[in-house]
Amino acid sequence: MSIKERLSGNEAVAIAMKQINPDVMGAFPITPSTEIPQYFSGYVANGEVDTEFVAVESEHSAMSTCFAAQAAGARAVTATSSAGMAFMWEMLYVTASARLPVTMALVNRALTGPININNDHSDSMGARDSGWIQLYSESNQEAYDNFIMAMPIGENKAVRLPVMVCQDGFITSHAVENIELLEDNEVRHFVGEYDPDHYLLKKENPLAVGPYDISAYYMDHKILQAEAMKNAKSVILSVAKDFQKLTGRSYGFFEEYMMEDAETAIVVIGSSAGTAKEAIKELRSSGKRVGLIKIRVFRPFPMDELAGALSHVKAIAVMDKCEGFSACGGPLFAETRSALYDLDVRPKSINYVYGLGGRDIRVEDFEFIFGELESIVKTGLTGKIYRHLGQREEEVLK
Amino acid sequence: MAYNLKNEANKPERLVGGHRLCAGCGAAIAVRGVLRALDPEDKAVVVNATSCLEVSTFLYPYTAYTDSYIHSAFENAGATAGGVETAYRVLKKRGKIDENYKFIAFGGDGGTYDIGIQSLSGALERGHDMVYVCYDNEAYMNTGIQRSSSTPRFADATTTPVGSVIPGKFQNKKDLTAIVAAHDIPYAAQTTFIGNFKDLHEKSRKAIYTEGPAFLNILSPCPRGWRYETEDLADICKLAVETCVWPLYEIEEGVWKLNYSPKKKLPVEEFLIRQGRFSHMFEPGNEWMIEETQNYVDSKWEKLLARCG
Amino acid sequence: MTTRAKDINETTPWQKLTPGGEIYEGGTSILVDTGSWRTMRPVFHEEKCTHCMLCYPFCPDSSIPVVGGRRQDFDLMHCKGCGICFKICPVNAITFVKEEA
Repeated sequence: MSIKERLSGNEAVAIAMKQINPDVMGAFPITPSTEIPQYFSGYVANGEVDTEFVAVESEHSAMSTCFAAQAAGARAVTATSSAGMAFMWEMLYVTASARLPVTMALVNRALTGPININNDHSDSMGARDSGWIQLYSESNQEAYDNFIMAMPIGENKAVRLPVMVCQDGFITSHAVENIELLEDNEVRHFVGEYDPDHYLLKKENPLAVGPYDISAYYMDHKILQAEAMKNAKSVILSVAKDFQKLTGRSYGFFEEYMMEDAETAIVVIGSSAGTAKEAIKELRSSGKRVGLIKIRVFRPFPMDELAGALSHVKAIAVMDKCEGFSACGGPLFAETRSALYDLDVRPKSINYVYGLGGRDIRVEDFEFIFGELESIVKTGLTGKIYRHLGQREEEVLK
Repeated sequence: MAYNLKNEANKPERLVGGHRLCAGCGAAIAVRGVLRALDPEDKAVVVNATSCLEVSTFLYPYTAYTDSYIHSAFENAGATAGGVETAYRVLKKRGKIDENYKFIAFGGDGGTYDIGIQSLSGALERGHDMVYVCYDNEAYMNTGIQRSSSTPRFADATTTPVGSVIPGKFQNKKDLTAIVAAHDIPYAAQTTFIGNFKDLHEKSRKAIYTEGPAFLNILSPCPRGWRYETEDLADICKLAVETCVWPLYEIEEGVWKLNYSPKKKLPVEEFLIRQGRFSHMFEPGNEWMIEETQNYVDSKWEKLLARCG
Repeated sequence: MTTRAKDINETTPWQKLTPGGEIYEGGTSILVDTGSWRTMRPVFHEEKCTHCMLCYPFCPDSSIPVVGGRRQDFDLMHCKGCGICFKICPVNAITFVKEEA
């Protein structure tokens, strides 16, 4: 039985956490994720959850607390953004390599510097090699749904990896939208009990976590970890299937919007997809065959599936809401282009780095992009590959 | 129950042999001593900061601990112990576990005085029921004897080497035990390896079995870093105490108590002359270094006596 | 997955290692022969020993086993020959000799 509500993204995630009733939350405030531990502390103070809230003195300690609690046999969650994520960067790797399925709500915010509190994806993209499963959400509904699916994904014995559920700071985290919630018992039943084979507090045998690995062992442990990330793909889909049975809402690696007969398409992550969809609706009404792919799962990267979904398209623009400073394009662009490489016929692809530090992107901007893609298809000339959108440019005097 | 070394010796070892610590390593002696204070029926989770101890006692697939063990990073033994302890309380509350566990974190002076001090402070402030043991060998030994804030003044360390212009470490040793005591935790103490280990054992027992956060600072000589013959460890510890370089005291519920006052306080030279890291202080023209060190030790000792009442 | 430390070594394929480098037993380091490090060796003269136990807590390598309140001979598989026990013994029940090649 779904409960209709109107919530911000932060509220939605806090409620998901409440319904899951994890054992431990270790969190430190940082804009714009602060509200999540704040709401949650309210639940703790009112006895609405059994969770122990550890008000740590830094984000590094937040992840250390979650890592340790999870190793001890407890379910641990946290929330952070931007510099907070950067501060726990070391511990992200430690947690993933120890194969502990900690769950994190990441409210995307630009990395310092200069210091900026608004949305972009530089924080989570900066951690894309950490070994965490990364799920992106377009809306409060997706953030809520993804958070509930996160634990059955991460805790699956073939996976055993931590999961970060991302949503756009302020745009999604603070904007109030309609949402459908599950009942408490439905959530609890869906996530089940955390049941690790081994944990520090296990009666039958001790557990030693976090060894020093000489070179004879390190690489092999990492390959085991890489296999787990590969395994995550099928687990993500099967959990989504179970979720669909429960809610009717279906999720995959990405959403395909008006892609069946699309000649040109945009690949995008997060709330900007909503703006892009408006542009697509407008362009479609004037007969343009345009579409969009919105990436939900960035880690593991759905390389083959994405290539398959784009193979019939003539030209694509990949939207990166962060710089990678590769001097040749952002991270989503690089990985998408790599996915397309083995296609016999592949679309022309360009990259737009946009939205840095919360720089707005509008429906007109997406219409402009589709215009560019249309001329690429017409002329066969890609032009500049690595582009920026939304900045103020000097006038070029003719 | 009065301390009886023989009874303690009959307990099963909780840190077994086969670890890769140096021959004569003080850290190993500290860990054995603290873990020995546990009741045999109590389980423990040993938490360890990256350090000599950590890389040597859990080198895959060999763990020297019979208890559960967790290492995560260098600067977070405090937070890691807090996380395990919190999980324990929740799982017990939920009825998922019923054994008794104690949580003991070990960090070197590097991971405790310096990079780990924030994490330690946070864990103490939050009041987790845990023990943090600093095995203090007065430098970052694992990476090759670089100075820490615990390194004594004038000591030769690889980032404060004795040169023609600068004679070793410039600053005095940080007083971490006092900093920890200022957190108003139920128990904190300084100890080392003396006699039949009564001081260390009783303090470990108090630390482990007092509810709330407890802290032990254990002077753990390092033959490699301090430059003395491995077999002289017990002498070095005794001299540290008899010269008042390393006083034995405890702070219980905010009350400072001196555990040992030498009948005859030895001059600090007797401690310094045994270690290669101080050998330059005995060169002609460097008498002022010994004098300053003696003054410093005396002044700290007087202040401690005043605090202990 | 090979779960026991005694079965894990540098020829174990990655598929058989423990995830995350976890170990599911205690005290597996006992398998390691650190006694081979020695250049000096302590010798126990039981006839002189009063079983005062003063050597026991000073051993960094837990190589002085105690059974029923009596110290046993050195665990030479783990003793690294540091000599602390030799120096501390009040009745000279321990001598310190060069380890044979």
